[in-house]
Amino acid sequence: MTANTGSLRRIFLRWEWLLVGLISVVAFANSQLSPYFLDGSNLLRTTSDFMEIGIMMLPMVFVIVTGNIDLSVASTLGLSASLMGWLFMGGWDIWLAVGVTLVVSVLAGLLNGFLIAKLKLPSLAVTIGTLSFYRGLAYVLLGDQAARGYPEAFTFLGQGKLGGTGIPFSLVIFGVLAVIFGLVLHKTTFGRYLFAIGNNEQASRFSGVPVDRIKMIVFVLSSLMATLAGFILAARFGSTRPDIGSGLELTVITVTVLGGISIFGGSGTMTGAILALILVGILRFGMGLINMQGQVQDIVIGLLLILSILLPRFGKQLTARATWNSGIAFRLAGAMTVVLLFGIFFFWSRTLVLGH
Amino acid sequence: MQNKRLSLLVVSLLLFGLLAACGDSTATTASVTTTTAAAAAATTAAAATTAAPAAAGGGKTFILVPKALGNPYFDTANKGAQEAAKELGVTVTYQGTATSDATQQIQLLNSLIAQKVGGLAISANDADALAPVGKAAMEQKIPVVSWDSTIAPAGRMVHINQANSEDIGRGQIQLISKLIGGKGKIAILSATSTAPNQNTWIGFMKEELKKPENSGLELVATVYGDDQDEKSYTEAQGLMKTYPDLKGIISPTTVGIAASARAVTDAKKIGQVMVTGLGTPNQMRNFVKSGAAPAFALWNPGDLGYLAIYTLNAISSGQIQGKAGETYKAGKLGSYTIDKDGVVLLGKPTVFDASNIDTFNF
Repeated sequence: MTANTGSLRRIFLRWEWLLVGLISVVAFANSQLSPYFLDGSNLLRTTSDFMEIGIMMLPMVFVIVTGNIDLSVASTLGLSASLMGWLFMGGWDIWLAVGVTLVVSVLAGLLNGFLIAKLKLPSLAVTIGTLSFYRGLAYVLLGDQAARGYPEAFTFLGQGKLGGTGIPFSLVIFGVLAVIFGLVLHKTTFGRYLFAIGNNEQASRFSGVPVDRIKMIVFVLSSLMATLAGFILAARFGSTRPDIGSGLELTVITVTVLGGISIFGGSGTMTGAILALILVGILRFGMGLINMQGQVQDIVIGLLLILSILLPRFGKQLTARATWNSGIAFRLAGAMTVVLLFGIFFFWSRTLVLGH
Repeated sequence: MQNKRLSLLVVSLLLFGLLAACGDSTATTASVTTTTAAAAAATTAAAATTAAPAAAGGGKTFILVPKALGNPYFDTANKGAQEAAKELGVTVTYQGTATSDATQQIQLLNSLIAQKVGGLAISANDADALAPVGKAAMEQKIPVVSWDSTIAPAGRMVHINQANSEDIGRGQIQLISKLIGGKGKIAILSATSTAPNQNTWIGFMKEELKKPENSGLELVATVYGDDQDEKSYTEAQGLMKTYPDLKGIISPTTVGIAASARAVTDAKKIGQVMVTGLGTPNQMRNFVKSGAAPAFALWNPGDLGYLAIYTLNAISSGQIQGKAGETYKAGKLGSYTIDKDGVVLLGKPTVFDASNIDTFNF
């Protein structure tokens, strides 16, 4: 083998290409299974279901690249939407309420950042704590009440369409933010620092990377984007209840990891994460179109996530070994079983759709 | 290099697996669709659920959306809806989310709107949050009704309300009066002292007690079990101790009625103290049969689903527009009128007793 074909192979073996392949397969299958899939206005309307997840995913890439995790995003979303709604119901101007909420959001991010960066507590434990804490505050604010009656200028954030087109306004916001976050991650010193911290925090510290400050910034960013997602979701609903967006953190992390961002930190691309968002989006939409039941959809997404973690590990182990041995054969058999089960399951789930 | 080739192989296997799986189902769909074209409306039901409900050849396809799947209450509503579908010659598909969650329900509704289904009957997880998506459906000329749990008026045409407070409250007194022969001391075991539903019902119970035909009934106490099983049980025991000649307990809450019936059973006072209230058949079956709680009330979710589909069909066929004052017929349930808030009332609560309880499963 020449070096040339080797590098070509390296390019085409990238995770992003697998995602592109999966997206094509799913899109093709969807268009075969449902006549309503390839319909511009349907696809555009569906994108607004995933924009809050997408917006929270952008800083989540940063967080996970540094080798941390933020489980509190959906609760921060809930706290922000509830605080804004509570202030609005108290007679405040909506934009003033938005401003105050943004300040509180920075504080929420700083609390996460302080506990993790300064007190050196594990991010998993800290953000499980703030997950309950922030959601609890949301319930304290609104109780069993709902905030509603937001002005149209605000609900445009979640329900608005661009000009006469069917393009949701939230999609535009996401697009702009995605470009900015992508550039920051891959083209700036700050982005390089994120990878450095994820690869070896100790070494980065010794080479003068301001590790603690960067971690603080990353968690504040995560909190701010969760707040923005909270505004968009509240605008889309036209109301806020304290349980708004519960459980979204798991979807956000699923998409990020599926996008090839290593859960151990230090590697991944923004393109991969965005492709994974598209994949999950059209997969969900397609499963909805063929009326697959909710539980089954969750199982499919879960299996996809497991596969996405399994495959790169398996690939790495393969390349790390020079020759065949029983270990490799065992793992190959394991992987094939998983793939086979996935296929059988997919086929079987079709009968579930039929059988109700 | 050979190893890299191997990992390529694995990846392509995965893709192949996916393709094969999808290919299989595509084939199934295709063959089903062919039969659809040839066969009568009866077979379209299967085809409709496979790929495209709206594409079904014969009647329209309505979707019944519960708050969440896997709840016997909603499954019973679906049974009623299927019965209505059979009578009307339409197809009803039961589609829901795994959990009671507004965000997921909106996602589901978006995919149903995309399929241009014939109509939506929704039990809403959040009245306000579902209004925009309901509006979007109506803009696509898809009729929307809500049932069991309402969507804000802007997001639906008609709401099917299961029961009104006055019927529930007055009905409870009529039930206990029948059980104890119109004479004796009764007590109420409620949920919490602040529960708005229960307090409204108790208000109507007191109204009903003022009627001359209920003069033999004496309400001696109202106690609160806080919707906790143990506390309700203790409160029921307390009532029987304080008032040894107590004849009946009304518990307008599902936790309280079961706890009261158990307390009466354990005190060996079956026949002496009658329990009634609001409960579900599955939870009360044994007490109905033992005589501890011979009759109780609740609306019948099957009728609720039945009426929702009849209403959708009336709107979809142009019989009504969903405006206040319009009247339409709903099969075995008779005729209904839309009130000024765009609400249709299912009717008086259903009474469950030994004669009918075994036909219900929720």
